[in-house]
Amino acid sequence: MSILVVLEQQGGQWHRMSWETLAAGQQLGVALGQPVEAAVVGKGIGTLANEAATKKLTKVWAVEHDLLESYTADGYTAAVEELVRKTQPSVVLFPHTYQVRDFAPKLATRFSQVLVSDVIAARVDAGALTLVRQFFQGKLSGDVRVSGAGPVFASLQAGAWRADALESGSAAVEAFAPALSADKIRQKPEAPFREAARAVDLTAAEIIVSVGRGIKEQSNLPVVEDLAKAFGAELAASRPICDAGWLPMERQVGSSGQTVAPKVYIAVGISGAIQHLVGMKGAKTIVAINKDPNAPIFEVADYGIVGDLFEIAPALAAEVRKAKSA
Amino acid sequence: MKIIVAIKQVPLRDSPLHPDSSGKWIDEGDLSFEINEPDAYALEEALQLKEKHGGEVVVLCAGPERAAQTIREALAKGADRAIHIAADDMGSLDTLGVAKLLAAAVAPEKPDLILTGLQSDDLGSGQTGVVMAELLGAPHSTIIMQVEAREGSIRVKRELENGWFQHIEMPLPAVLTMQSGSNKLRYATLMGIKKAKSKEIRRVTPVDLGFAAAAVATIEKVYVPQKSKQTQIFEGDAKTAAAQLVEKLKFEVRVL
Repeated sequence: MSILVVLEQQGGQWHRMSWETLAAGQQLGVALGQPVEAAVVGKGIGTLANEAATKKLTKVWAVEHDLLESYTADGYTAAVEELVRKTQPSVVLFPHTYQVRDFAPKLATRFSQVLVSDVIAARVDAGALTLVRQFFQGKLSGDVRVSGAGPVFASLQAGAWRADALESGSAAVEAFAPALSADKIRQKPEAPFREAARAVDLTAAEIIVSVGRGIKEQSNLPVVEDLAKAFGAELAASRPICDAGWLPMERQVGSSGQTVAPKVYIAVGISGAIQHLVGMKGAKTIVAINKDPNAPIFEVADYGIVGDLFEIAPALAAEVRKAKSA
Repeated sequence: MKIIVAIKQVPLRDSPLHPDSSGKWIDEGDLSFEINEPDAYALEEALQLKEKHGGEVVVLCAGPERAAQTIREALAKGADRAIHIAADDMGSLDTLGVAKLLAAAVAPEKPDLILTGLQSDDLGSGQTGVVMAELLGAPHSTIIMQVEAREGSIRVKRELENGWFQHIEMPLPAVLTMQSGSNKLRYATLMGIKKAKSKEIRRVTPVDLGFAAAAVATIEKVYVPQKSKQTQIFEGDAKTAAAQLVEKLKFEVRVL
């Protein structure tokens, strides 16, 4: 029995979550007393496989095929399925990326299993594995146990494990050529693109005032615009605000928007769904203003005010101006 | 184009959530329910495709009796008919079980396209559509922003991370999971609400669908997460709290 960690790369570049997942795999390997192997999937991935082989692993599988050059759900599912059938791991770990969300559930189904997605912690009690994941957008956590004959499939949440805990070592690289055929790959992907050049670079901002659903209506936006002005901050938003067209997409912070790490991030009326948190939890200081004391945003906040943002934001803007003119 | 939209009924956003006496799920006693938000976008996309290309939109929902209300609302928005998989104990099913139920109801309908939301606001596993596609032997794509129907195929705009997108073409029938915000949602009109009363809701049970499966993934316990970070909360009225916060930002964080 072994643990298999499926790393993610695109066009020869690692996805940053790959190393976190590998670190989690190493820790789980110790807890379960099992060797840990990694897989790199794609075309022309020799360099990446060699780099992965400098980590403490028993083996790195270089899963290579011309048909894996561009990601497709059908191609990746078939390739990883073949590797899993060959190596028969007890646990298969993935980073919880958009790409993994696209194919790992399909893969797990082929083993009559369920992917346990967006996992934030793992425990081993007397050899039995318990996975912890979030429900209701982070408002509740839950312990999940997996039974059944196939391996346990799990995808791990961004930031739940630390990449700097990764142990170095030396592993053998073994090439694995899956038997893929073009007619079995039904998705025809085109080249990725960006909508337009971003006029707003939130990553350069020292202070960001960010607004979420709590603002209720577009006509209420001046409340936070004024707060941003008082701080001399950039204005940002969580996804629902940009989806509604109240602020342009380029001001969106989160997994589908920008990732920011300002000195101060002031979250106003943002509950803190994980898709938002991954985009801002690297901020040096986080301030949360929210009416719900149990909102997940307080999980990452250094300072908080619980209450009505329509009272607090204007009061805060006034106090900031007072402090600046003092 | 015949489109099936799989929707789920979930607790209203901002509902108070407390574990129930079993500790394995939440106490639903006092909660109100609504359509899962990404599913509402899937329904909207289906209705727009029908407006452009003609055809039929069938709503599919697995859930207890209360789900009938959410189904009626979908019909009032313009869906043509509905299939309600009446299942009281959805909690005993895992994603594979739910997807098997849905797939069993979808298969005899032979739709061209199956849409659903990219994830549910309650369980949030984000897999039901993908698993259903695998069970039906259909191609799929996830986190979709736009759908363009072509002859026998579709071309979709898929969201990637960090502001990137990609177009993907695939043959029909196919399964897509829709991203929130991909369209502007419509409201039900009075006429729509009136018409919905005479639209067909076919009720089937898991037994009718020949369903018998044990869950492989089970929730042992749900709980309010333990805070790992010490948050300093400022109390008092708005002015007092704001003044304390500014004090910290000025003298400890040193940004003012």
